[in-house]
Amino acid sequence: MIEAFMTFKFLQYALVAALLIGFTAPFIGSFVVVRRMSLIADALSHVTLAGIALSLLISGMVSSLAGLNPLYLGIVTAVIAALLIDWLRSKYRHFQELAIPIMMATGMGLGAIFISMANGFSMDLVSFLFGTVSAVTLTDVYTILIVAVIVIVFVSLFYKELLFLSFDEEQARVSGIRLQLVHVVFMIVVALVIAISMRIVGILLVSSLITLPVAAALRFAKSFKATIFWSIVFGEVATIAGLILAYQFDLAPGGMIVMLAVLELIIVMSAERFVGGKHHGKTTRKSA
Amino acid sequence: MSEPIIEINHLSYDYPDRRVLSDISLAVRQGEFLAIVGENGSGKSTLIKCILGLLKPEGSIRLFGRELDQFDEWWRISYVSQKAASFNSGFPVTVEEVVEMGLYAKKGLFKRLKKGDRTKVRQALETVGMWDRRSSKVGDLSGGQQQRVFIARALVNDPELMILDEPTVGVDQRYVKEFYEILEELRADKKRTFVLVTHDIHFVSRLVTDVVHLIDGKLGCNCGIKEYWELDEKEIRSLYPVPGRVLVHEGERV
Ligand SMILES: Nc1ncnc2c1ncn2[C@@H]1O[C@H](COP(=O)(O)OP(=O)(O)OP(=O)(O)O)[C@@H](O)[C@H]1O
Ligand SMILES: [Mg+2]
Repeated sequence: MIEAFMTFKFLQYALVAALLIGFTAPFIGSFVVVRRMSLIADALSHVTLAGIALSLLISGMVSSLAGLNPLYLGIVTAVIAALLIDWLRSKYRHFQELAIPIMMATGMGLGAIFISMANGFSMDLVSFLFGTVSAVTLTDVYTILIVAVIVIVFVSLFYKELLFLSFDEEQARVSGIRLQLVHVVFMIVVALVIAISMRIVGILLVSSLITLPVAAALRFAKSFKATIFWSIVFGEVATIAGLILAYQFDLAPGGMIVMLAVLELIIVMSAERFVGGKHHGKTTRKSA
Repeated sequence: MSEPIIEINHLSYDYPDRRVLSDISLAVRQGEFLAIVGENGSGKSTLIKCILGLLKPEGSIRLFGRELDQFDEWWRISYVSQKAASFNSGFPVTVEEVVEMGLYAKKGLFKRLKKGDRTKVRQALETVGMWDRRSSKVGDLSGGQQQRVFIARALVNDPELMILDEPTVGVDQRYVKEFYEILEELRADKKRTFVLVTHDIHFVSRLVTDVVHLIDGKLGCNCGIKEYWELDEKEIRSLYPVPGRVLVHEGERV
């Protein structure tokens, strides 16, 4: 099997893509989760479906665009959706979560229309829904690499601001941080991460790669740095192992990766029972 | 005379359903220690939030000689809010990380914390007696301990103006005393300015130079501490629209 990964270019592409995604998704995910925006990630990924479907439809109709990489239109859709969600949230100050079903419905509705216009599901589309081991191209890898670099640069630059904003918005405002700017850029970055991750994990499962590793890290991490660190460890293990297993057993990588992330979470939660009474005490207090 | 640190002119603020502050004008000069007193709901916290630009009132506010909406030197100010500990207690962040946040305003974008900053964080945490708990998750501390951490965060950037909204709520007597001793030390630097919302003005009367007494969102009195003590209870009571409704100098009961 290792031999296969040594020989086949497409497997190497998939592996590099998985490495990058396993890092960036939980990295930005740490902020997404503490800002209680997990569901927004879910909404964004569903809207991205519309972009992918539209791209596939266009490729099918316009022969000169037959080779258009659906990732591009997916990225554009995700970013537009992120800005729209933000705008909707400001319109429904007291019912901010309404932005999620509104965008999700719009995205899925458009997606359904585009898919039926393109005469139903193609193999290509299915690979975007659940991820793929075999269809990752070199352009995909470059696109993913560029976006990953953007994400890492952004988070390193705005680390202080993002953490402060997430922890204590009022204090962050009083310290003169340009919240609106940081927030909008953050939304765009989240959209980018979602768009690139779907190549490997698939649209329907992207948000779990953003949230599940963080959910596991949150069970025991005391500091924010540790939360990020462990989220990335869990994310990498799940994506790499998931990809290899998916290839081995010829399964959708998205499903494999997410189930491994779930397994990690289960392991962490069961380990709490055995490691130190302290954690145990904390959980009982919470449920009380 | 130098320009006031805080200058408020004809400030009014309405929440959607009601007027909370009306026509407040006051000035705080460098080196002053202003105590804001008044019964629950009289608008003390609202006034503080207006000063900090968290709420947008009518009227004008100037900080360090500049209109509030042009003011951008927030590192000169630190703030402890009344409900500092109302964050999400599951948030994975340590005591040390929280206090570091106090330095962010001064740091500006893109700059990282340096070694000297770590020393400052340590000093601030030692001052409030929380250095030993630096690696604990903030959510795992008691309410009073959390409040001490937030006080450390306000101390760490060595501010020129400290705005404190009942900072010691829930903090036990020993540390309340220590906190006011810290303030006294900070007072030694006569350039520093303080605004403190408090219900026990007696406790801090040694520090206070000026008093603002809010009554239903109006300026009941705005005077020096000496004059304030000279106002007898009857006079203050007469400021209230409904006589006898309030216990003046709440601190005396403690
Ligand atoms: N978010 C809000 N929306 C509507 N009304 C509010 C809001 N916050 C405060 N108020 C009202 O404004 C008035 C002043 O509140 P404020 O918090 O400024 O009082 P305070 O003097 O700080 O009281 P306390 O001593 O209890 O801290 C109160 O009557 C309160 O009901
Ligand atoms: Mg108050």
